Amino acid sequence: MDSIKVSKIKSILLWTLAVILGLFYLLVSLLPFVFMIMNSFKEQFEMLVKGIFELPDHLYLGNYEAVLQGNFFRYFGNSLFVLVVSLALLLFITACASYPLARFKLKICSPLYALIVACMSIPIHITLIPVFKMMMKMNLYDSIWALIGPYVAFGIPISVFILTSFMQSISREIEDAAQIDGCGRIRMFFRIILPLSKPGLSTLAIYNGVHMWNEFSFAYTLTQSVGNRTLPLAVWDFKGQYSMNTPMILAVLTLTALPMIIMFIFAQDALVKGMTAGAVKG
Amino acid sequence: MKKKTKALASLRKREMLLTGMLFLAPVLIFLAVFVIYPIIESFHISFFKWNGISAGREFIGWKNWKTLFMDGNFRRAAGNNLIIMALSILIQIPLGLAMATFLEFGKKKFKVFKVVWFIPHLMSSVAIGFLFSYALATNGGIISTISKWFGGGNVDLLGSSTLALYAVIGVICWQFSPFYMVYFLAAYTNISEEIYEAARIDGATKGKYFWHIVLPLLKPSLKSAAILSMVGALKYFDLIYVMTGGGPGSSTELMATYMYTLSFSNFNMGYGSCVASGMFLIITLMSLFTMKVLNRIGGDA
Repeated sequence: MDSIKVSKIKSILLWTLAVILGLFYLLVSLLPFVFMIMNSFKEQFEMLVKGIFELPDHLYLGNYEAVLQGNFFRYFGNSLFVLVVSLALLLFITACASYPLARFKLKICSPLYALIVACMSIPIHITLIPVFKMMMKMNLYDSIWALIGPYVAFGIPISVFILTSFMQSISREIEDAAQIDGCGRIRMFFRIILPLSKPGLSTLAIYNGVHMWNEFSFAYTLTQSVGNRTLPLAVWDFKGQYSMNTPMILAVLTLTALPMIIMFIFAQDALVKGMTAGAVKG
Repeated sequence: MKKKTKALASLRKREMLLTGMLFLAPVLIFLAVFVIYPIIESFHISFFKWNGISAGREFIGWKNWKTLFMDGNFRRAAGNNLIIMALSILIQIPLGLAMATFLEFGKKKFKVFKVVWFIPHLMSSVAIGFLFSYALATNGGIISTISKWFGGGNVDLLGSSTLALYAVIGVICWQFSPFYMVYFLAAYTNISEEIYEAARIDGATKGKYFWHIVLPLLKPSLKSAAILSMVGALKYFDLIYVMTGGGPGSSTELMATYMYTLSFSNFNMGYGSCVASGMFLIITLMSLFTMKVLNRIGGDA
């Protein structure tokens, strides 16, 4: 009887400790956000004079007004355009490629699959200079069109990896029936496989979408003028303009984080699942 | 009759090959143009002296590669990558696992924790880099302010050549631990409830259940988490480039930031390509080696 009591006390103590540590980490996770959001509502000198953890005198919206009246929507529009075009292209061509890899009994399929998936660990930096050179030659440098090729290419390995295993898990019965009815391979793909792959495609849309939305290296290297840059570079350019005005930069940061936060609030489970898709499947 | 079916089968096979290649072609073209060709081209450029702009470039043989072997800056950068790699694996994975275990054992009670803990992973690396360059500032940064509450002075983290790297690693762990939390939560769902019930009936405490049952079962997940974290750390770029630019001095320089500065700030693209190629070789060899070793020690899992 006593030993049960002791172990019960021990367990309660351990849980208390765990909850305290958990609360501490809650603070660690949130503090930088509190810092960012709260100070973005302060005036430049207000932040310098007062402490960073003091509430602003009043809800000062000047920073947000200035940012939104600047080129913010231009960056946002560019990001959205690149995202939509690259994502549509990526999902379509990787679905096409995964179909024969999952279904056709061809000798060439397994080495090709290995080659595509092996590209997953390639660092983008080895391609940066040649791609830069290529875009210069094609007169695409400093245009958002330059970003589409690299964004699609670097999304391919993980997408093929996930979609192939997804398609392999689709039951063959429907296809067999369709084949007896004289349905060809191409029609089979568009009528049966593609619609049934929707759950896999939507997870991949989130995974790749988040990566493209946040991509920095290619965007920074391949574009130059404000009119052609994407959202991650907005902060960079605003920093050049208002380097000393910390609250202003924090307002830009808050605005760039907003789309993801909104998605997190409304579609938390789908977002979390999508963002970790690559790892969980692997 | 037999001949006819055979001919038909080979016709079907050819039709299948043709359709298959048609479906695979776009993906293969994209990879060839934007991944395979650039890799070869990078190695090619590494044998030239070239500023990236002028048409003329001078073939200099192995000179860039010889420089790379002797380059203290590159060695420093690669060393920093290794430190980040080791500390990432040692901090992010245990922290992520601890968070997942807390949530798993606590069941629904602690759902709020999960939501808040995930928030750091919602921001892009670039945004986090900028945010922390302000949040860790000497004057009016978070750490300095807290230090003052306890009677200390300003803390200069990012300006110190000894502390900057560890400050950056702290930020990286802040960003990625939630990722491993979700990762291990998913791994937990693969352990069936029955195993837990059986262990309870046999009188195992939650601690024993974790150390003797959960941990061995999670071995494959731990392995791939380590590989993921390793490759990520070797490729690291955005956050550090934005936050410190590799400085102060070269104290937070990484292979990728070094390559970028050489190529696109100093316009030394020949040597930049050489550094990129060296980085590519290091990452490829290390991933192959690690996968081999991990497969050997974990053959049973």
